[in-house]
Amino acid sequence: MRRGDFLEHVAWTGSGIAYALGGAGIFTGRALADAPATTTFVQISDSHIGFHQPANPDVAATLKASVDAINAMAVQPKFVVHTGDITHLSSAQQFDDARAILSQLRAPLIALPGEHDVLGNDFKPYKTNFGIKDAEDGGWASWDEGGIHYVVLLNVFNFEKMGLMGNDQLAWLKKDLQMQYQQTPIVVFTHVPLYALYPQWGWTTQDGAQALSLLSSFDHVTILNGHIHQVVTHVEGNIHFASANATAYPQPEPGKAPNPGPLALPHDQLLHVIGYRTVQLSTGSATVEDHPLG
Amino acid sequence: MKQLLLSVALALVTVHLHNDAFAPPTITIHAGDTVRWINDDDDAHTVTATDGSFDSKGIDTNGSWSHTFVKPGTYKYFCELHPFMKGTIVVKDVHS
Repeated sequence: MRRGDFLEHVAWTGSGIAYALGGAGIFTGRALADAPATTTFVQISDSHIGFHQPANPDVAATLKASVDAINAMAVQPKFVVHTGDITHLSSAQQFDDARAILSQLRAPLIALPGEHDVLGNDFKPYKTNFGIKDAEDGGWASWDEGGIHYVVLLNVFNFEKMGLMGNDQLAWLKKDLQMQYQQTPIVVFTHVPLYALYPQWGWTTQDGAQALSLLSSFDHVTILNGHIHQVVTHVEGNIHFASANATAYPQPEPGKAPNPGPLALPHDQLLHVIGYRTVQLSTGSATVEDHPLG
Repeated sequence: MKQLLLSVALALVTVHLHNDAFAPPTITIHAGDTVRWINDDDDAHTVTATDGSFDSKGIDTNGSWSHTFVKPGTYKYFCELHPFMKGTIVVKDVHS
């Protein structure tokens, strides 16, 4: 076996040993468990393609600017997750327009639906355009990559009851988490906050506490969501929450306005409060960095 | 009798979607009347019946949606995008 083949083989089978080629052409190796495994991914959210109001007359342009900035990253993220409200009104045209921009991402895309993407409780347009590969029938999903367990939870149906996940999804989550080690870092993506961030404006998940109770026994849990168009962080035990900025427009801080409608700012100020987020995970700790477009 | 029925004027009543609320939140109409919802907000809204009997789907800014209520009853509705927005339509019998 030639040396090149051997290296390829090791990388391909993922046998648990990371190899580095030393300066003198000598192989050095160490167990992956000791290696500082670092994964970087990007989160974007709330693009509202189809929105044409003063808060952002050109949401396609700001989504495109976010995609361009992500594509310009020297080291490409493992993946880009969009945490929902891809479109404003779930229309076929809006899904087409969103796909035309998001398909330009160099990194793989994982996109969740927001309540704006399933209007009329119709899951199909989202699923056809952005459905997650190998997701469960209900749309939720989990996968393992680089020693991290990723979970996608959907809390945008039955919105009358404030984003109910439902018993099927909760039963699935329980089973899914039973197979994980306590030490395995868990990263959860949702659209609506899983905790009661501001229920008066619907910024909560009615049965979110049940999911949080299942997650509470793990050492490192990071929950990233969208929906509220602003960065809000929160900690409950070992669970760290971080809501993301939109790529479209900001919304008021909880309770700081009579209602949560779009916040219209001058264009240069708008660019300071919309954009994308990088998340770096290493041995359990997550470093979240928000990158405004201006 | 026939003449009496014909003399009942069918009304068109307007409800505004304004500052994330239905204005007015409760209206009383007669069977056969039509309600028209007009969205004054910069955000989209829906007019969705709690019992599933009607659903506007997305109403964009400056858009409107109408529904004719044929059967008497009390219809509760909300906005799927902003579930804290709630409204009620009370539909009375034509003769009442």
